[in-house]
Formats: sequence, C-alpha cells, structure tokens
Amino acid sequence: MNAYEGSFLNEVEARVEEGEWVKMCMQCGVCAGSCPFGEHWEHSPQKIFMMIRAGKREEVLTSDAMWMCTSCYNCVVRCPRELPITQIMHGLATYAERLGLAPKMQPTRRFSLAFWDNCTRTGRVNELRLVLSVYFRNGFAAGLREFWNMRRIGIGLLLAKRMNPFELFFPHKCEDRDGIQRMLKKAYEIEDRKRGFSK
Amino acid sequence: MKTAAYICGGCGIGERLDTGRLAAIAQREGKMDLVRQHPFLCSTEGVQSIRDDIEKESATHLTIAACSRRAKSEAFSFPGTALARANLREGVIWVRPATDEARETTQEMADDHVRMGCAEVKRMLVPAGNPEAGKNRRILVVGGGISGLTAAIETANTGYEAVIVEKSARLGGWAAELHRRVPDREPFRDPVDTGVAALVDAVSKNPLIRIHLNATLAKTSGAPGRFTAMVATAGGEIAEEVGAIVQATGFTPYDATRLTEFSYGKSPDIVDQAGLEALARKADGAGIRRPSDGGEIRTVVFVQCAGQRDDSGSHLPYCSGFCCATSIKQAMYFKDANPAVDTVVIYTDLRVPGNGEDFYRSAQSKGVTFTKGKVSSVEPDGTVRFRDLILDEEAAIGADLVVLATGQVPNSGVDIDQPEAGNASGAKPISILNLDYRQGKDLPQLRHGFADSHFICFPYETRRTGIYTAGPVRRPMDIAQAAEDATGAALKAIQAVENAQLGRAAHPRSGDLSFPIVRLDGCTQCKRCTVECPFGAIDEDAKGYPVFNESRCRRCGTCMGACPVRVISFENYSVDSVAAQIKAVEIPDETEEKPRILILACENDALPALDMAGAQRLSYSAFVRVVPVRCLGSVNASWITDAINGGYDGVMMMGCKHGDDYQCHFVKGSELAAYRMSKVDDTLKQMALETERVASYEVAITDIERLPILINEYAKTIERIGLSPMKGFA
Repeated sequence: MNAYEGSFLNEVEARVEEGEWVKMCMQCGVCAGSCPFGEHWEHSPQKIFMMIRAGKREEVLTSDAMWMCTSCYNCVVRCPRELPITQIMHGLATYAERLGLAPKMQPTRRFSLAFWDNCTRTGRVNELRLVLSVYFRNGFAAGLREFWNMRRIGIGLLLAKRMNPFELFFPHKCEDRDGIQRMLKKAYEIEDRKRGFSK
Repeated sequence: MKTAAYICGGCGIGERLDTGRLAAIAQREGKMDLVRQHPFLCSTEGVQSIRDDIEKESATHLTIAACSRRAKSEAFSFPGTALARANLREGVIWVRPATDEARETTQEMADDHVRMGCAEVKRMLVPAGNPEAGKNRRILVVGGGISGLTAAIETANTGYEAVIVEKSARLGGWAAELHRRVPDREPFRDPVDTGVAALVDAVSKNPLIRIHLNATLAKTSGAPGRFTAMVATAGGEIAEEVGAIVQATGFTPYDATRLTEFSYGKSPDIVDQAGLEALARKADGAGIRRPSDGGEIRTVVFVQCAGQRDDSGSHLPYCSGFCCATSIKQAMYFKDANPAVDTVVIYTDLRVPGNGEDFYRSAQSKGVTFTKGKVSSVEPDGTVRFRDLILDEEAAIGADLVVLATGQVPNSGVDIDQPEAGNASGAKPISILNLDYRQGKDLPQLRHGFADSHFICFPYETRRTGIYTAGPVRRPMDIAQAAEDATGAALKAIQAVENAQLGRAAHPRSGDLSFPIVRLDGCTQCKRCTVECPFGAIDEDAKGYPVFNESRCRRCGTCMGACPVRVISFENYSVDSVAAQIKAVEIPDETEEKPRILILACENDALPALDMAGAQRLSYSAFVRVVPVRCLGSVNASWITDAINGGYDGVMMMGCKHGDDYQCHFVKGSELAAYRMSKVDDTLKQMALETERVASYEVAITDIERLPILINEYAKTIERIGLSPMKGFA
C-alpha cells in the first residue's frame, strides 16, 4: 500500500553505488530523451528513478534497462541536476546481480560476466579467449557457425599480425597474479562491508 | 499668439529636400509670422536662435520642421510655448530612397508635413496647468499584511507619511499566521523566520505611520493629491486626507470545502496549507501530531494544485505560484523534526519561482519524495488515489495527514461590471474602497477577479489614477514578490502625489500639463464620455453633465474620441488641431494619379515603430501622411469623415493590441476604437465607397519591419480599387 514511502529508496541509497543521488532527480526526462538506446530498453533512467521512489523493488532489479547502458555519458552531460546517471545505472546492475535478480539470459549481462572472469583470471584481458567465449556462449554448433561466419576477419587479423593464435594456449599474464587476486579479494571485502553484504 | 516656423537642414534634410521651398510654404500657406532656416537646428546655437525669438520676438507658437517629435525632445523643450513638430527626418527622408525618380514625391511629402505642422500649432493653446491640483502628500495603505506593511514602511523611509487601514484587530495579515516562511536569501536551504513581528514593530514605532485597526473604508472620494477617505472604526468615522492610495488587500485562501473529492472537512487529518501552518505553530519545532487523535504521523502527502489550474470550470483556472514552495517548506517541518517521516509531494508541474530551485533541491536532499502525478481523490481515511504520470498507472498512498495546496482568491472588492457576482470561492464580495466614482465602487478587474494592471509596462498602475495595487490583489504571489511589489507601488504612489501637486499627468503622458476642457453649452448629456473613460476620471452632476476630475485624467483623449458633438478637447490636442492637420494636406487632382493615404498612428507604439523603420532606412509609399494621435481611443469619427470628404483615398488606423492581453497604454482606448470603427463600414457603403478605404491595424512597437510592408500593401489596395471619387469637393 504505502509503496511511495521511501523504503526501497533508502535501500538504494545505502546499498547501490551513487544511489544517494536518486532522490535528487527532478523528473525532467532529459536523460530519457538523450539516450541513444532509448527505444531498445524497458525503462528509461527517468522511469527507473521514479520506480525506485514508487517502491517497485522487483521491477527495478529485474529490469534489463541498466544492462543496456553503453556508457556514452550523454545523460550525465545533459542532466540539469548533474546526476551521475551512468554510474547509478551500473551501480543498479551490480546490485541486481549480487542479489541474483538480474535477468539471467540478458546478453550484455553475460558478456560483462565473461569479461570480468577473463580479465581477473590473469590480470590481463585475453581477447582471443574472450571472443571465443562469446562465440560459443550458445553451444558448440552455434559457436562453430559464428566462427565460420567471421573467418575473413580472423584471417585478416592473422595476416596483419594483430592476432596471435598461441595466446589461446599460453596467455600473457601479469607479473604478480596472486597480488592482483589478493587486491581484488580485499576490494570485495570492503565493498561487501560498505553495502551490507558481509555478515 | 505669435507663430514661428523653423526648417532644419541637418541630418541630410538639406541635401534631400528643397528647404527654401519648405520655408516658402510655411510663410505663404502656413501663414507663420516668423520663418527661419537653420543648417543644424538642435545645435546650441540653433536652439539659442529659437530662444531668442521667444524672448525678443515674443513667439508663442512654434513649428519645428526637423526630426520626429520623439527625437531631440530635450533640446526642443520650450516651456510656456505651444510646440508642433514636422517630422522631416524619420517621417520623410529616411523612409524614401535617395533617387532622382523619388525626389518629387519625397518633396511633396515634406511639403505636407510642414503644412500640417503649421496648421496644428495655430490650433494649440499653451497649457495652463491643472487648476484643481491637490497638495496632499500622504499615502493611504489599505491592508496591513506583508504588502501593506512594506508599502507603509517604504513610504515612511522615503520621508512621506503613511496611513494604514486594517480590517482585523492586528497587523501582519496571512504572513503572521505562518510558522516559518520560504527563505528569501542565501543559502535558500531551510525555512526561516517570517520577520513579520519585526516588521510590525518597525511600522508601529514609525512616527510617520498612522494605524487604524478594526477599520474599513466607508467612502473614498477625490483625486490624486486630494483624496478623502472616510475610515469607519469602532469609535465612528474618521476623515483621512491623502494624496494617493496603495491597495494591498491581499487574498483569501480558496474555500477547500468546495473540494468534495478531496474530503476536506470530513476528517480533521485532511487540512489545507493554512491548517498545517496552525498545526506547526502549535507544535513549534516538536513533531506535529495527528489532529484527529494526537497520534504519530509517519506519512504526510501534499496534494498540489488542489482546486487550481482547473480546466473543468468548477475551481480556480490559474496557478497561484506560491503553493509549491509552501508545500516544500511544510514537508521540511516534518523532515527537520524527524527524518524518518515520509513526506510525499504529488505535483503535476513543480513551479518554484525566484530562487525556489535551490529550496527544492534542499528538500530533495532532505529526502522529501516528489511524485509527478494527478490526484483523483482523497478518502476520509487518508488514502490518496492518484495517477502516476511518469509510470502512467493508477497508484495510492495511505497517509496519516493530507495537506491540500489550495490557491489564492484576490480580495479585490466588487466587480464593477457585475456588482452582484460572487468571487471564485462563491462568496459575495463587499466593496473595499467604496469609491464614490461614477463607474463603480472598486478597481476594475481584468480576469479571475484580479485588479486590472498593465502587466507589461506599468504593473502597479490600476485603472484609477492615484490608486495602486500591490501584492496578491494584483496577481497571485508569495511573500518575497509581495514585498517587492509593495515597494514599487509605494514609489509609484509617491510619484503620483508629486505629479498631482504640479498639476501634471501620471504615466504614460507623465509631465503633460494639459487636461480636458468641455464646452458644456454644447453637451447633450449623452454620457458616453463618463461611461467610456478607462480611468473613471469623469463623474456626472445631478443633471447628467460630465464633471471632469483633472487629476484623475491620464490625458488619453478617449472622451474626446467618444464625444459625438465634439465639445471635449485638450489645450494642445483637440478635434480641431488634428482636423486642421488632415485638411492642411494638399490633395492632388485625380488626373495626377497620386493617392493620399492618412495614417492615424498611436504615439505609444505605432509611431515609435514607424520612426524605427525610418532609422533602419526601410522605405514605404510616399503617398501616406502620418498624424500621431495620443491613443486610437481619442480618434473622433469626424476625422475619418473629414479625410474621406476631403479626397483622401484611404485611412489606416494603427493602434495597440486589445483584448484580455491588451497592450494599449490606456487599457481600453484601442478596444473602444475598434468597436467604434466596426460601424464605419456601413457609413462607407452609404457613401457608395469601398469598405477598404478605412482599415484598422493592431500594431506593436516591435513591428518595425511589418509596418512598411503593411503600408505598401495598403497602397497597392488603393491602386487596385482606384482613387477616391470624392476629390475636388472640399
């Protein structure tokens, strides 16, 4: 009943990165009008912020909107209230993911997870492995088909020496891989404490 | 009367025109006693030569043929003389191409301007000043709220005496009922003290201010400089002599019981903004408790635009402008006492004038929730149902307290056009000023009951000279705006008493010493002047003759235009002085194929626009002859008859926009002119003339590029319908 009372807004303020800015939105709609992806997602930032105020927790956190953000920063530049809209959208995406509410099969979510896994494993992004993991995300047969479709670009990259096939088996690594892992672990701990995830 | 004409040759006039011929015309046709030519008339030496003629030759009536009457008015200022200006620069050489083909028609244009100037000045009298000028310099302030108190203290600070008449038993008005006010200075973050107590204290202690409490105005009579206000108090009537009046009677909150859909009155937990202020004053910084049971308040909902911006016709159609900021302030009462209280403001458009944006931001950072939505109903149990306009769905909130943001209904007294009508809240108003004017007891209203004022140019001016409005009686406003308004109105009132002492007109003809003179033996008591005067300056005596109150007159000449028997005139502007100009123009023979088009141009907007067209060297037809008029309202139908009978081929009338969003400097002048001229068509048809021969135009001062186009189009129309058959009879 009392959805418009601030309980979800308070949750967002406390647990979402840059979430304390949401209350400052004045609902002018400039972000919605500025977004190049506007028609491709379910909710504009303006609507997401209004839904947060209206206490629509489930709908916000399962929305695909924040996963569709391409970080072009058009909205941030134009927002008359100077809200860090892009950061808030990413903050919401992270929060939804951590609660396990994010839409599972959303393509950009899956790419984001693959990317994070790829770069944290060795401390460096391995482009070849990343691209292959994207190609084969929907199974082996679909992967082969995609692989075949892209063969010209692949051969071109090989000939131009922009792609080294041995990276697949002997990837470059950071010098202190363990150090990176320890650093990330610590960061996770701090973040968990700050956002109330650790016990 | 000794007449003198001066032909200037400066600014290119000498090169473009045959000034010798102009001088000869002034001499032979204009029959001027002295005719002088000067190559640079506005130079010190040129002006001195005019002064010499006034002193040594005792010239009293001067025609200066040089630039527009709007230019060089300081150099060509000769008090005690009658002065006419022939506009050879902006009106002739600047609007004509400097080619050999154009030379002849341009010269003819200039010839006619000199003829008109000479004819006009001989019909003018030297204004003698107002014989009934009042000398009283006190200012009466009606109403003791923020507007009235500010007007009084500003008046006193300027050194003038003020008298406050307040209906209730105390000063302070609505602002005294507030717990805190919306901040008026940096950092615009929190509600601040109203400052009313300090203001009341300052006013009460000021030796220049006299205060009548529990008092109303039983009768107000007189004119600027000599008003008499009968103040009705418990102890009987007291006569206050004052020079000008500031009406600061404020507003009444819209009657919330009319908002049945919001259940006002059905539950003590549904209040209007005034009701919440009372609760906040009672709580005084501690948490506000629920009125019904004294319980804790966890959720407050503010319903904006309650009974406002209503297009159904049942409530106020306008935005009152102050209520968004007020709701923000009231939400802060709760948030500042206890941040855990949920405060939801449901608005359709949040409007926070002034520095309200900072205040709005402050409320957002304090956690006040703003929801864009339209409230459909409030249940007596506190359920607020609304449509969320962003999410586009029906929604509801259960509130412990609901605050309705109702609007302001002006306390403007009786609508003089419909004295029996009720105001927006349905109440029947009683007169505030009780003027003993022929046209009604209170100030004329424009829309929604607000007192009429010229919004663009003269906001404090009402349609009653010497009476100024300030605060929400003029338009809806907040405390900060009301204080500024009151300061402006007080200064205008001071101007009015100073002008009245000297017998001079108030704006827009400020400084004009002329006033209407009526030849009563010709008057037929038709009452058109007393009815049509936009400023209620004319009363009627027992026999129905007009009684002019010169100090109330703005010198627009609407009475002169109205008078069917032409008995009203001004010393320096009369039916005769304009008719003489119209007749002075030489009308060429039909065979010459040179039409003559008369332009009657309002001196407030149309004439400056024509002058500026000249300054931009936009050219127009050489067949037009421009006669400036004070207002189209002053145009007497006889001038049109004179022009048509005299052989003019067409008449263009250029006045200001009329209607609710009028731009007429005399409010009703151009509207009355349009009404009068709507009947000209029949007359033209009776004379077997084309209706195109008289045309009216609404012109703004910005129509600089449009006017030459209009003139040229009209000249083409005349070419199409042919020259007037009336030539050669006059």
